[in-house]
Amino acid sequence: MNIFSQNFKTLLILPLMLTIAAIAATVMWGLRPGIDVAGGSLLEMNYTAARPTMDQVQTAVAPLNFGEVRIQPTGNNGVLLRLKALSNDEKNSLETALQSIGSSTEVSFNSVGPTIGADILHKGMVAVVIVLLSLIAFIAFAFRSINEPVASWKYGVVAIITLAHDVLVPVGLFAALGHFKDVEIGSLFIVAMLTILGVSINNTIVIFDRVRENLRRSEARKQGNFAEVVGRSVAQTLARSINTSVAVIIVLASLWLVGPVATKDFSLALLTGMIVGTYSSICLASPLIVLWERYTNAGKEETVKKGGKK
Amino acid sequence: MFKFRYISVCILLVAAAVGWFVWHQQSAHGQFAFKLGLDLSGGSHLEYIADTSAIKPSQVDDSLAALQTVITRRVDAFGVGEPVIQTEHGGVTGTGDQRLVVELPGVTDVNQAIDTIGKTPSLEFKLVNKGMEASTTMPLTVGSSTITVINQGAFAETGLTGALLSSARVDFSNGSGAAYASQPVVAVTFNPQGTKLFSDITSQNIGRSMAIFLDGTPISIPVIRDAITNGSATISGNFTVESAKELANSLNLGALPVPITLASTQTVGATLGTEAVHAGVRAAVLGLILLSIFLVLWYRLPGLVAVVALSIYVAIMLAIFQLVPVVLTAAGIAGFILSIGLAVDANILIAERMKEEIASGKHGTAAIRDGFARAWTAIRDSNIAHMIAAVVLFALGTSIVKGFALVFGLGVLISFLSAITVSRTFLLALGVDSSKPFGRFLMGSGVGGGVKSS
Repeated sequence: MNIFSQNFKTLLILPLMLTIAAIAATVMWGLRPGIDVAGGSLLEMNYTAARPTMDQVQTAVAPLNFGEVRIQPTGNNGVLLRLKALSNDEKNSLETALQSIGSSTEVSFNSVGPTIGADILHKGMVAVVIVLLSLIAFIAFAFRSINEPVASWKYGVVAIITLAHDVLVPVGLFAALGHFKDVEIGSLFIVAMLTILGVSINNTIVIFDRVRENLRRSEARKQGNFAEVVGRSVAQTLARSINTSVAVIIVLASLWLVGPVATKDFSLALLTGMIVGTYSSICLASPLIVLWERYTNAGKEETVKKGGKK
Repeated sequence: MFKFRYISVCILLVAAAVGWFVWHQQSAHGQFAFKLGLDLSGGSHLEYIADTSAIKPSQVDDSLAALQTVITRRVDAFGVGEPVIQTEHGGVTGTGDQRLVVELPGVTDVNQAIDTIGKTPSLEFKLVNKGMEASTTMPLTVGSSTITVINQGAFAETGLTGALLSSARVDFSNGSGAAYASQPVVAVTFNPQGTKLFSDITSQNIGRSMAIFLDGTPISIPVIRDAITNGSATISGNFTVESAKELANSLNLGALPVPITLASTQTVGATLGTEAVHAGVRAAVLGLILLSIFLVLWYRLPGLVAVVALSIYVAIMLAIFQLVPVVLTAAGIAGFILSIGLAVDANILIAERMKEEIASGKHGTAAIRDGFARAWTAIRDSNIAHMIAAVVLFALGTSIVKGFALVFGLGVLISFLSAITVSRTFLLALGVDSSKPFGRFLMGSGVGGGVKSS
């Protein structure tokens, strides 16, 4: 018996708390969609001399009647404008208006029409579903030969629940960031989520793989119950899981800290997913599979007892 | 033992050569220097939605292909280095909009580009001035190079344009002489007004050359042999079946084969792009250094082997990026950096397994071999999971996503190979005797511990 097998129920507390927090954040604040998902345009202009005030910019832009325009300063001399999708002519008039209050150059311009944005979102959701289904199938297949004491498909379901948690927590984080820091999510966020699905399932597979090996090797039901086998497997694979995650976290942290601006949010999403994915295989996947076995077999034992007692 | 040491040296030599190749190509701007995507090199990305509602379903593919060719020609005339023009199906299963994607590296003033792309093709018939048949083009020196341009002074307007056509179709000429048999030509028929004008021009100018201009470039300059009064003309001029079809289509519709509307624009300035490249390289180097320190300190000898295998992996990946070529975007660089972290996974798995084998009493080569064998299932399973994610991302993603998925997927494959073959060979070559205390220290891991002997 080790520390894990004795404390499976306790381990579940952390994932439970985080899941509740993440769901609460997402429901309360929602996610802020960026323009490549919701459509709209983003124009960044750099002023050669001093940057005009936000009010000046707003007044210069108002006569163009482009609807709501969100303006924020960026960098030392730049302004960032967020508004509806613009045709080329509209963009030119906008730039002329901005240049009328000070000489400036365009740094970048991004305009996405609504159909393209909706398409990306739609594709993203389909992709998530496909990946989840493929992973379930893959795990069911990889673990098909161990059907005792837990049927092999149950490993798949537990792994998917763990994955759902691994994705939910970064989503909650970005809902909070969206609310407090105006961080937006775009197609790269969806990519990050899909990558997390494919990579953090690793840690879960490693533990289940070891459980499979221990079951096969030592006829586990004679050498202690299922909980003990799982506990032992967790302890044996702990070093590997943590070190692999440390390796990935090191590179992702480097990317987040010194990498390009365009991938900062992306690397943060991946980083959160990795960290969560590491602990969730220990604190969520393992307890779940043990408790599931306990439930199903407790039922069986009851009927056996009742039937056997005369 | 010798076999492994020999192979190890070979691997190191090849890796060094690959590394030198990557370095040389990039610093000398060779043919295989890295290709940077728009968000790293600066440029414009335009996405058009093509309206295929007026086209019969069976002809949609042809029309889109024709559209792509017309746009390509216009962009080429605009003078952009290495533009990318593609048609894409929107929607998940390709049942959504038809799209046209135009990428113009280095072009930051999109106004002109958008005008050039969206315009209507023009067909004009002009007479060549007498005596100037041989000087329809002339050289023009621009800076230090000389190009050939059209000598506008050699031509006289006639007023006969594509607006006066009633139809156009592809035909195959009978041709005089065996050399010209069955070449594709475009047969055009003028409307009544055009027929009259054409008849006048040809009857008054027998013996002169008439140039047929498409989009401002003469594509054919036949000699008028006799008056043509039936309003039919044949345009021949090195057409392939495809280009003849395309021209006939354009003329028939009087515009682009398929009407297009600009749906999305993205321009990235060059400085922004260069910053991103530098930041990406910084992140990769920092990540590698920190990772190497961690590996060597924690896993000692297997960690050192892992670092060497990792360097070989990076060299191979960079060479693949150069040779394929894989267009690098900011997301692609992120995918590469991520794959570096994941590449370590197999090495760590093997190191841990070997530790267990040694702890259970095996030593030397047996420990290494069995460690690899036992670790294999877990390595295989985790790589399959990664590949599932990469494949789905690639299949469903837009171009940015595809860039990430490609780099990520390649990384998974190559790191798989490098960990299994390279690491194993190096460890076997080094042949550490783990029955001795120092050997146990080298193969052990963690703080202050070697491998516990059983």
